[in-house]
This record gives sequence, structure tokens and C-alpha cells, in this order.
Amino acid sequence: MRKNFKMILEFEKPIIELEKKITEMEDYARDTGLDLSEDIKRLSRKAQSLQKEIYSKLTPWQRVQLARHPDRPYTLDYIKYIVTDFLELHGDRYFADDPAIIAGIGMINGERVAIVGHQKGRDVKENLFRNFGMAHPEGYRKARRVMNLAAKFDLPIISFLDTPGAYPGIGAEERGQAEAIAKNLLEMSHLPVPIIIAIIGEGASGGALGIGVGDVILMMENCWYSVISPEGCAAILWRDNAKAPQAAEVMKLTASDLLELNIIDKIIKEPQGGAHWDHEQSASILKKHLLEEIHVLKQLDVKELLQKRVEKFSQMGYWVDPEPKKRSKRKSK
Amino acid sequence: MDWFKKKKGISTIEKKALPDGLWIKCESCGEIIYRNQLKSRMHVCPKCNYHFRVNSWEYISYLFDEKSFAEFNADIQPGDPLKFKDKKRYSDRLKDAQKATGLNDAVVTGIATINGQQVIAAVMDFTFIGGSMGSVVGEKIARAIDKSREERVPLIIVSSSGGARMMEGALSLMQLAKTSAKLSQLSDEGIPFISILTDPTTGGTTASFAMLGDIHIAEPDALIGFAGQRVIKQTIGQDLPPGFQRAEFLKKHGFIDIIVNRREMRETVSKILTILWPQKSAAGEQKKKENKE
Repeated sequence: MRKNFKMILEFEKPIIELEKKITEMEDYARDTGLDLSEDIKRLSRKAQSLQKEIYSKLTPWQRVQLARHPDRPYTLDYIKYIVTDFLELHGDRYFADDPAIIAGIGMINGERVAIVGHQKGRDVKENLFRNFGMAHPEGYRKARRVMNLAAKFDLPIISFLDTPGAYPGIGAEERGQAEAIAKNLLEMSHLPVPIIIAIIGEGASGGALGIGVGDVILMMENCWYSVISPEGCAAILWRDNAKAPQAAEVMKLTASDLLELNIIDKIIKEPQGGAHWDHEQSASILKKHLLEEIHVLKQLDVKELLQKRVEKFSQMGYWVDPEPKKRSKRKSK
Repeated sequence: MDWFKKKKGISTIEKKALPDGLWIKCESCGEIIYRNQLKSRMHVCPKCNYHFRVNSWEYISYLFDEKSFAEFNADIQPGDPLKFKDKKRYSDRLKDAQKATGLNDAVVTGIATINGQQVIAAVMDFTFIGGSMGSVVGEKIARAIDKSREERVPLIIVSSSGGARMMEGALSLMQLAKTSAKLSQLSDEGIPFISILTDPTTGGTTASFAMLGDIHIAEPDALIGFAGQRVIKQTIGQDLPPGFQRAEFLKKHGFIDIIVNRREMRETVSKILTILWPQKSAAGEQKKKENKE
């Protein structure tokens, strides 16, 4: 269990306090030779049940905070624990290499794979380098290039989503942020290899979806995914960024909301307390699911795979059609 | 020297009282234009060439052959899947927009002709909640793309949209993926798609079908971009260059094929179709279609 967090969220404080007390008692017992094992056990149990209690009723806003936790595992952390022989590939071959998106090839338990994913930084220096995980068009084009490479050599693709949004800047617009994302949506819809999407943190709008079209969409428990950030939504609705917690309530952006709306396929459990408490365990849980999905998807022939992929996204949405055609449902779920 | 400064409340030009509805003032140059004249000029200012925003049915009447447009999927209705409420319920917002515009949602789809050539068309409507793309807009455009593919008829989408509709959350976002996935199928079948971008085309609309055409045509001075200007300004903390995210800017940077005056739009699209999809091949296309069936 990790104990040196960069940041402690308000609702995590009681748990951290207890953990600290336990450590102190352990130290005291060791120094004095007193037997405090019963008390320590009791406190540990209490800490666990407290954690369970707090985490069983997280609000959407608290989930958003967890998704943004600076100690949360990022794409490169998952790669470290899941992928062997990872080789990062750089550049979009047109303009630049965008460090806000990782792309590369490697192996998972003997399976050859290609990986793409947003990458945040852990401190100021790293974040300046990674642009806080906000990609420029080059990032999306690099991802597309490597995904095309994967298609050419028959590698399944895994894409990790974790971004506060595509970067809103002058250069990004000049070089076609919208076109870069749109092109990815189109390409990913018909790449003839399995594509597995794993939402591991923040899924902000087109910037996330830009590497988010695939056959299966997995979502870690404490993530959010929506058409806009809660702050952006609050700024538009109430002209006040500070109302983000209220916005998070109405946006239906948590994993369980999205499962209900038929947007994701599966929620991946995180270690108790959230993924930031144990990177290795988070990665090993996710790895199991990734392998399962790869095996299932590899059974399908390409035609079926692509048909199902388009169908998957075709069904998304909610509308009422008074004259149902033979192929379209009266009401989408 | 402050007597040169314009004093508040004092106007050198006498305000002209406009009789209701008969005259309209150009939003760009201030010219007072007779409404019927403006209509006959397809809502393009005779003095400064400013392109007024027009609603979908007006655009349809300007772009397609007279009375050629037959709407389909007109009755698909939006719902309120998130039970979304800010100051106002989304369901009420929808009702108000429907009442104000006479539309069910922000796009009209149908089959029409351009100089006699058949096309499938989707024309967005900015007057309906800012032309935003929710489930219905995504679904209707997806069906129009399907129809274009099945009937082997070229597709035209006229965009005017602020982007994805916030009140349907991630469901709106997924419409980007849906429409793009359908366009990948259309593209695989080799059927032309002409994307016409009008003022404004931003956000998720630009980041999906509007930027996926075989040909991109923009109207002069149309605002086209991904991120909103206020957001960009806030992020970079500096002013934006003049002409930023306008059609001419996008053309300069390589994302728009041609900028076309609305009054020449029909001829231009017709010319493109004649070259990419000549009428004489219609018989061959019919055969292909029959073979498929």
C-alpha cells in the first residue's frame, strides 16, 4: 500500500489519518517492545471498513476528483506493469512528436499489441512536457499512424484514455485539431484489427474520443467520460466554473451512468481506495480484462468485427422513432 | 482633445425606424436592406457580401432545385435521457425550440436534386439550440449516410452548429463516432460526400463529419474551428489573431478546398458532382445496386 501521496482528497483524509495512527502504533510497539497487535488489528479493520463505507457512496464529483488524482496510474504506468518489450514510437511524420500521446508496440503475455494513450505528467516539469495530457493534432496523427501500422501487421490495438481535453490553442487550430480527431474517428471505425478502449482517468470530449473508437470499451471504476468537463459545463450553464460539482451531478458521467446508457461495456474494479492506492494491482486487474477481450475479439473474422463495431456506435443515443424501419429500433436503449 | 471622442447617447446618424419585418439591417455593414431583396439574394448582403445565417428550410430552398426536396425521417423525436436540468429542464428547452422553429430537432434530411442530379442531403439548423448535435441529429445524419450508401447517391451535408449538445452528455459525444463510422462505410463504397461548412461550424460537428468530406466547401467568413475562442483566449492568455478560425484562415491552412459565395453554391456543387459522379453513370450505378440486391 502506498502512503506518500502527492495530494490527499478531502474525503480521503479520515482514512489517511487512521493509516497514520496505525503506522505510529507499529513504530511505538517496535521501539518499546509492547504488544499492541490486537489494537493495531482492530484499527486496521476499522480503516478498511471506513474506506469501504466512504467509497461505497462517492458522489459524481468525488469520482471526478479521483479520476484526476495526481497519484493515479497513467498510461505509461499501465504499460510498465502490463506490456513487456514496449517500444515507444515517435512522431506523426508530418510536423512533430506530441508527448501528450504515447504510441508504441509491445507484448502482453505473448500477444503482440500496439498501444496508444494520453499521457499526463506527475509534476510541473513533466506536465509542461506532456502538456497536461492535452494533445495537439500531431498526437492524434501519431496515434493514427501507429494504429495503421498495427493494422498492417495484424496487431490488436489497446488505447488508454486519460485527458482533460484536446489542447485549445492557436497552433492546434491552425494545424487542424478538428480534422485530426475526425480522421481518427473515421479510421478507427474500419481498421481491420481488434481495438480495445480502456478509460483510465479523464475522458473529456472529442479529445478523448479521438483515440476512443473501438470494439470494446472498458472503464475503470473512478473515471469520468462526457461531452465536456464539469467546469466547462458549469461555465456555460451557470457562468461559474465553481459550480462544477453540481454540473457533475447532472452530466451522468460516471462509469455506472455510462454502463446504463450503453456507452461502455464493462466497469473495471479498482483496488480499494482507488487506483492510486496500488498501481500494480490496478494494472494486473486491467491486464486480465484486456487479455480476455483480445482473445474473444481475435476469434471474429474481420468482416464481422467491423460490422459489429459500426453497429455498436450506431445504437448509441436516445431518440423516439414513430415509424420504425425494419432495421432500426423504435427506441434506442 | 476629448471633443473628438464620440459621446455616449449622441448619435450622428439619425436612427431609422424600421417598419417591422419589411426591412433588415446587415449585421456586418449596417446597410438597410429590403427583406424581399435579401431573400432573392439568398440572404447575402448586396453591399458587403455578408452571409446572413439562415435556417435549414431557407438553405434548402437556396441550394436545391425548386420543389425537389423530399424530407425523410422527419418525425424522429428527441428525448431527455439524462433528465437534464440546469435553470430550465432540457425537455422544456426542446419543447420551446420545437415551437419556435417548427422543427423536431436541429437537422433536416431528405432527397433532392441539384441541377437535376440526385443527392441525399442533411441540412443543419442553427436556430434549434444552436444547431447542436444530440442523439436525433446524429441518428438522422447516420440514416442519411446509410441511404446515400444504399441508393448510391452522393451525400451533401450543410453544417451550421455549435458542436455536440451538452444536455445529452456522453450520448451526444458518441454521435461523433456514429456519424464518422457511417462515413467510413460510405467512403469504402466510393460514393462522394460534399461537406458545406457555414457560419458557424465548431466543436464536435467540425471534429466529425464536417471535416470528413471528399470536398470541403465553406461560405465566406464562416466561423469554423474546434475549440471556442473564449476558451482558447483563456488558455493561452493572449488575443487571437484577426481572422482566426474564419473560412479564409482554414483555407490558408489547408483544411478547406474552396470558399464559395452562397449565390454560386448550387452551380459549384453541380460542377463537382458532374465531374466526380457523372449522370451518365446513373445506369451503371443502378446495375451495381441491383447486383448488390
